[in-house]
Order: sequence, then C-alpha cells, then structure tokens
Amino acid sequence: MVENCEQVWREVSNYVDGDVDARLRASMDEHFRTCKKCASVLAGTNNVMVLYGDERMLEVPAGFGRRLEKRLAKKSAVKGIGWSAWSAWALPVAATVLVVGALLMTSSSSGWHPLRSEHAAQAKDIPADMVVVVSSGAKLFHVPGCKFIHDKASERTLTAKQAMLEGYVPCPRCLRQYLKTGLTQESGDDDASAQAEEDSEEVLSVPGH
Amino acid sequence: MVLNSVVDNPGQAGRLEQSLIASVQAGQSELFYELVRPYERRVFAAALAILRNEHDAEDAAQEAMLKAFANIRQFRAEARFSTWLIQITVNEALMRRRRERTVPMEGLDERREEESEYAPRDFADWREIPSEALERKEVRQRLAEALGTLDRKYREVFVLRDMEHLNIQETAEALGISVASVKTRLLRARLMLRDLLAAGWEQGWFSRLPFEKGTKPW
Repeated sequence: MVENCEQVWREVSNYVDGDVDARLRASMDEHFRTCKKCASVLAGTNNVMVLYGDERMLEVPAGFGRRLEKRLAKKSAVKGIGWSAWSAWALPVAATVLVVGALLMTSSSSGWHPLRSEHAAQAKDIPADMVVVVSSGAKLFHVPGCKFIHDKASERTLTAKQAMLEGYVPCPRCLRQYLKTGLTQESGDDDASAQAEEDSEEVLSVPGH
Repeated sequence: MVLNSVVDNPGQAGRLEQSLIASVQAGQSELFYELVRPYERRVFAAALAILRNEHDAEDAAQEAMLKAFANIRQFRAEARFSTWLIQITVNEALMRRRRERTVPMEGLDERREEESEYAPRDFADWREIPSEALERKEVRQRLAEALGTLDRKYREVFVLRDMEHLNIQETAEALGISVASVKTRLLRARLMLRDLLAAGWEQGWFSRLPFEKGTKPW
C-alpha cells in the first residue's frame, strides 16, 4: 500500500496520532522496518512530540501567579464584595427584578428587562410573537438564519417576547429596525456595534456552552 | 484543597476539580485561583504562541482567566475545564491580534507553500532524547527558540495540539480553521522541528547527554 518514502512522510503525523486505518498502519510498519530514512523520520517526530509535550516546556514569567491573584482580587473588589456575600442578597433581588420585569412585559412590549449586555440598545416595538433564535452563552436574539448567530449547534427558537424576558437583546444587524432610535447609532456604526457584541460574545463561544 | 498535590492521580484530581468548579459556581469565588493554578502554564503558552510577546501574552492570559472567572457559571461539564479555559485564552489572544493588526494577512504564496509538501532533510540514525535533557534550562531555551522560528500558522497549531494536548477537532475549533488544515500544518510543524532539532544536535544543544558515540537523537 505504501509505495515510496514520500507517501510515508505525508502520513507520518497521522500515524503517530493513531489516525490511519489498519491497512495503512500495517503497510507503514513494514516500511519502517526496512527503510532507515523513514525510521529516522518517525523517531525524530516522536522525539519532537515527547520533548515539546513535556510540562517543563511550559514556563510562565516569574510572579505570574502572584499578579493573577492580585487581578482576581481586584476584580472581586470592583464588584463591591466577594461572590459569596454578593450572591446571598443579590440573587433574591435579581429574582424579584425578573418577576417585576415579567409583569411589566405583559403590559408593554417596550418595558424594562434585565439585559444580558451592558452596552446593547434596547428593543422598541418588536412583535411579541415574532419567531427569533438565541444560542447558549450569547446575549443577542436574532432572526433565524442571521450570520451573526454564535454557536449554531445550541440554537433555540422562541418568541421575541420570551427572548426579552430572558434578558436577550436584539441583534443590531438583523433586527436593527427594532432598536430604540435614541440609543442606536447611524447605520455605519451598526457594524461596529454588532462587532462589539460579537467580540464580547466570542469568549463564550465554547463548544458545548 | 491543593489540586497540584493530587495531579499524579488523574481520577482524584478530576473529582477535586469538579468539586472546585461546583464550589466556585456556587459563589466561593476565593477558590477560583486554586482551580486555574494548574493551568497557568498552558494558558500562558497558548497566548504566547499567538502573540509572540511575553508581556502581551501575560496580559492576554490573565484577561482570559478573568473572563473565565466572570463566566464560570456558564461552564458545563460537557467539555474539559482545561479545554474551555484554553479556548477562552485563544479567543482573547486572537482578538487582540486582530485589534492590533500587527500580523500581515496570509498571502497567496503562503497558502501555496502549505499545499506543497515538506521533505525531511536529515536522516541520521536515531536515539531517543532522554527527557532529563529538559532539566537543563539551556535545552528548554533552545527548543523554545526553534519553535519561535516557525511561521505563525504552524506554531499555533503545534502548540495547541502537541503542547496543550487539545485534540485535532478542538484545535481546529479554537483557531477557526478546518480539520484538514490542522493536520497539514501539524505535519509540517513536526517535520520542521525535527530538522531543527537535528541541526541543534550539530550545534551541541544536547551535548553531555548519554548518547553512544556516532549516533544522533532523531
């Protein structure tokens, strides 16, 4: 099956990763037994993987951990107090806010909602029963098929009303006509706005999340 | 709770990590550093592979940790925590690089180069390099320098796959490239590093190691 060394070199990386079928593996094994050049290529490749795969090759600058701890502490401090104490009173308050928001939602389609994005524009006059999609970890809701949907695998269809109740805000690209004019920039900035949202969502676009 | 102390027992370490994640998600934010400490090196290396500057890499790595901290409640056990953390780091580093636009766009010639095949250059007899070699700072430095000479696209794939131990699919997703591209770049990166190590032998990188006379370690 393996006819020359070039074929072996093309597959050597897949071979060491166990990513070749049994027939090709047997054929390459046979070739390695008889070809010193290819045996050298295989062994050298293994050497590279073993040496660079060693934990000792990963070094951090001196003081990295100490600086990280400081930044984490600062981040907690910016929140006011630590998560533990915060969650003790803030979660019940947030729950109350959600209930109040839901009540407001039933009387007005442009009522207040706990937004997932701090810098997003709020919605105006979106039909409550409009079908939209959201994905896990995202902040925006979109018209189905919008190219700015992150993590399409976790897409969920719901009504615009439900999306807003859950704190999602409209995508500034596919739902721009429903954004509050006072908060929305002119069309040229919509791209930047979508990009800003996209960037802020990027961190959350992790498989399975 | 010290995660490093049970690192030799993967099952125990895994359970302890899950427990730490659950505690942090429940509000014990002071345990977050304990949770991420074992991954400091990997997170920094991922950022460095993309940004190539220690100062920027540290800042990006730490910012990624802060984002992980802020979003820890969204982590679910479908993925490994380390993979999630590294993916956040890669996103952060790529975003910074895009913002700074310091790296030129990949040209046509570069793409053609990727499509062409790389032929190994050295075929000396092989002997395994003992991992004790890595105890020597000079050897680690030489290996890091060799890695630094690779083009960005090969270095990024190699670091995520062979140093961070992401699988092929995870590497492709983290970098936003196809699985086929990961495989092609990985092959080239491994073969190029192999040749660089061979050249390093000629320059005495691995001298004072117990090799038999006349044999070379690749």
